[in-house]
Amino acid sequence: MHRYIPNTEADERLMLDSIGAQSIEDLFTDIPKNLQLDRDLDLPQPMSELELSTHMKELSKKNKNIEDLVCFLGAGAYDHYIPSIVKHLAMRSEFYTAYTPYQPEISQGTLQAIFEYQTMICNLTGMEVSNASMYDGATACVEAAMMTIESTRRNSIVVSSTVHPEVRKVIKSYMRFRDVKVLEVDMAGGVTDLEKLKSLIDKDTAGVIIQNPNFFGIIEDLAEVEKITHENKSLLINYVDPISLGILKSPSEYGADIVVGEGQSLGNSLNFGGPYLGFMATTSKLMRKMPGRIVGQSNDVDGKRAFVLTLQAREQHIRRYKATSNICSNQGLNALMAAIYMTTLGKKGLREVAMQCVQKAHYAMDKITESGKFKPLFNKPFFKEFAITSSIEAEKINNELLNHNILGGYQLEKVYPELKNGLLLCVTEKRTKEQIDKLAQVLEVI
Amino acid sequence: MKEYNKLIFEISKEGRKAYSLPPCDVEEIELTSMIPDSFLIDEDVELPEVSEVDVIRHYTNLSNKNYGVDTGFYPLGSCTMKYNPKINEDMAALTGFANIHPYQPEETVQGALELMYNLDRMLAEITGMERVTLQPAAGAHGEMTGLMIIKAYHESRGDKKRNKIIVPDSAHGTNPASAAVVGFEIIEIESDKNGAVDLEKLKSVLSDEVAGLMLTNPSTLGLFEKNIKEIADLVHEAGGLLYYDGANANAIMGIARPGDMGFDVIHLNLHKTFSTPHGGGGPGSGPVGVRKDLVKFLPVPVLEKVGDKYVLDYDRPDSIGKVKSFYGHFGVAVKAYSYILSMGAEGLKKVSQKAVLNANYIMNKLKEHYYLPIDQICKHEFVLGGLKDNENHVSTLDVAKRLLDFGYHPPTVYFPLIVSEAIMIEPTETESVETLDGFIDTMIRIAQEAKENPEMLKTAPHNTPVRRIDEAKAARNLILKWDKNNQ
Repeated sequence: MHRYIPNTEADERLMLDSIGAQSIEDLFTDIPKNLQLDRDLDLPQPMSELELSTHMKELSKKNKNIEDLVCFLGAGAYDHYIPSIVKHLAMRSEFYTAYTPYQPEISQGTLQAIFEYQTMICNLTGMEVSNASMYDGATACVEAAMMTIESTRRNSIVVSSTVHPEVRKVIKSYMRFRDVKVLEVDMAGGVTDLEKLKSLIDKDTAGVIIQNPNFFGIIEDLAEVEKITHENKSLLINYVDPISLGILKSPSEYGADIVVGEGQSLGNSLNFGGPYLGFMATTSKLMRKMPGRIVGQSNDVDGKRAFVLTLQAREQHIRRYKATSNICSNQGLNALMAAIYMTTLGKKGLREVAMQCVQKAHYAMDKITESGKFKPLFNKPFFKEFAITSSIEAEKINNELLNHNILGGYQLEKVYPELKNGLLLCVTEKRTKEQIDKLAQVLEVI
Repeated sequence: MKEYNKLIFEISKEGRKAYSLPPCDVEEIELTSMIPDSFLIDEDVELPEVSEVDVIRHYTNLSNKNYGVDTGFYPLGSCTMKYNPKINEDMAALTGFANIHPYQPEETVQGALELMYNLDRMLAEITGMERVTLQPAAGAHGEMTGLMIIKAYHESRGDKKRNKIIVPDSAHGTNPASAAVVGFEIIEIESDKNGAVDLEKLKSVLSDEVAGLMLTNPSTLGLFEKNIKEIADLVHEAGGLLYYDGANANAIMGIARPGDMGFDVIHLNLHKTFSTPHGGGGPGSGPVGVRKDLVKFLPVPVLEKVGDKYVLDYDRPDSIGKVKSFYGHFGVAVKAYSYILSMGAEGLKKVSQKAVLNANYIMNKLKEHYYLPIDQICKHEFVLGGLKDNENHVSTLDVAKRLLDFGYHPPTVYFPLIVSEAIMIEPTETESVETLDGFIDTMIRIAQEAKENPEMLKTAPHNTPVRRIDEAKAARNLILKWDKNNQ
């Protein structure tokens, strides 16, 4: 018997008798004999819990984690502090072993948590409506792009090359199969080249995608982008770092039509890239074009406040064959963690985390570039990430840092060949002065 | 437990806090000297101000209004709500897995890459495929990825007019939606009276414009497509590919493999078949497997083993590109990998055998009391068509809502669309005969109540945290966030 399968052989006998079958094999006679596997699957022998645990711990130790290393790596996945209570609450099994809240009477926990999450995302972005979350930042951005296509009935997307390279890659794969044109705007000095943007945008442009702070950590001039975009009757999609919104003006103040982003920073572990959550918020005007789930408030037959999935008479249900999105789930547990994180930090805490990031990142930049061996790659206001350059290859720098148990930056040359030797460093509130000083010191002697 | 009905914003009080951060230890400079004032907010973001105890109580109270697999029986058809082993959660939370950055140098994440590589191979063995990508985030995302691969395959052959996908009317709603978002036209074919693919109808729609057929096997009725080999031959002869929706893979592990049936592209749901929790709606994971000549189209990166080193291969010119950031839901993959290692080949076969036994056991006992449209051996699930002799017009919804009063999560209702008043029951293998008997007795009691006291059902549920909710009002009078000025 296996620990996860309760029915014994005696149970099985009784059950077969009740069905009127001789053996378990009788229940599989509908599968043609020649399709039945005539051998055992070639898999390792089953492990006891102890064996599994030992094996997995050994495997996990083949990785160096960010507790072994001091992490200055960001580039879309961030080492922010996660308060202890986030995991304690998210690991309540009533939350994580539940399905999608299709039976609202016994899912008020999930539903209310999503409703509160939606509220927090709206407050964070300044937008009017948020959905219940999406797979990740990149897929949320693609879905936003599709919303602009649907809404404007135009057929091309303009994306800045300062948008995260993975996000751009995902957009390209999706759009290749939808025959949507994707145009990239070059950058100038680490920000979107506004002249190039003006020259690329035309009557086919449905949406313009700008990341802020951008991939290099730099704060873009959104006021100007907004003007160019809306004058052309295109829609503005803003891809944002939620932590930055603790101090930076919300996208709605710049007139963004859709705001998306990677929500990992909000209380989710790095997990080697996933699961994370994408968030998406928009205006009331575009609300009905928004994909994914949304929770609304109503009441039950006794008049008691209650929450329920709403706006469901959309894609999945009435437009099976003309769907513009096939999303029918959210990142429930990740959104819950994000909500608990935002609740725990609250009004003051989010600001404090953002402030510490800015202060420490600027301290690091000053310290590292002090002697002149390393120079800022760009000279623009930044949030928690900044790019440096030197005469030394970025890979060599990272290898040397690793020897000192420091996880170095993102090697920009990988995606921006023109930025040879460029290294993108990230400094969150978790880094101490001592760690930053050590980084600067090691860099100095490479 | 006393009733709790507050939103987190309603218990917020200025000055309270639930976090603590070390003091900023670098020399602080004026914010506006770093970032121009015009980029900065004037007012702090409106988030709750609560103490740590407030947060704990709030979410604990919310969790008490939820129902999970750990709470009780969850026979939600097509969703495979099996027990989620706790050790798997522990393994995914190991710091060596949970706290690694996706852009770390390969040599510092060899354990993670080894795990992904092995899981890819294991899932390929279970399904009879050549290779598997772990990148898709969920079942629907897997479908979309698989269809992109099918499209890329035809295009690579210069076969550009194949713009149609065939989907049976019994399919999951995501099938046609996924095909539509990849730019396909959808041809729906009606199932035969046994809910199977109608071969004649299939033949009549096959042409050189068909890119492929999407099929769930066992079907959404819980029935194995006996003619699968013939179906595969027909589609292949017409130049199309066969896509396997893995939602129902829990019925066939170690018994039959989609690859051997003739499927070319498949997806699996790790959150169904491989025991990873549903998380109240996600994260899922929808790995996609392909036959040998389609491997080159898989999303980048593909895991490769070079000597005894694991590497991420991005240099794949025929790849469809990326469908998601990084490498998929690694944290979910760790749990599925732990599950497969716990079960082994023998265990996985047992899983499917017992899942099928449990489903047939319930079906056999309920068919006297509920209408069973297709009375034959089922696989891991079966579909009832509402109450038998239903003079009081008690609906399937009423039955489902009444089940809530007895502490059960209801089955999937009103799906598949081809059975009216459908009740789709999937017990899974992790339930004991005692649990099944308790559920059967309750279903019979409800059928009895439908005759004797139909009002009891029509007004159900009676003892849940909230009762039936006015969904029309929610959609008409949209309140999608809490607004302090509107209370």
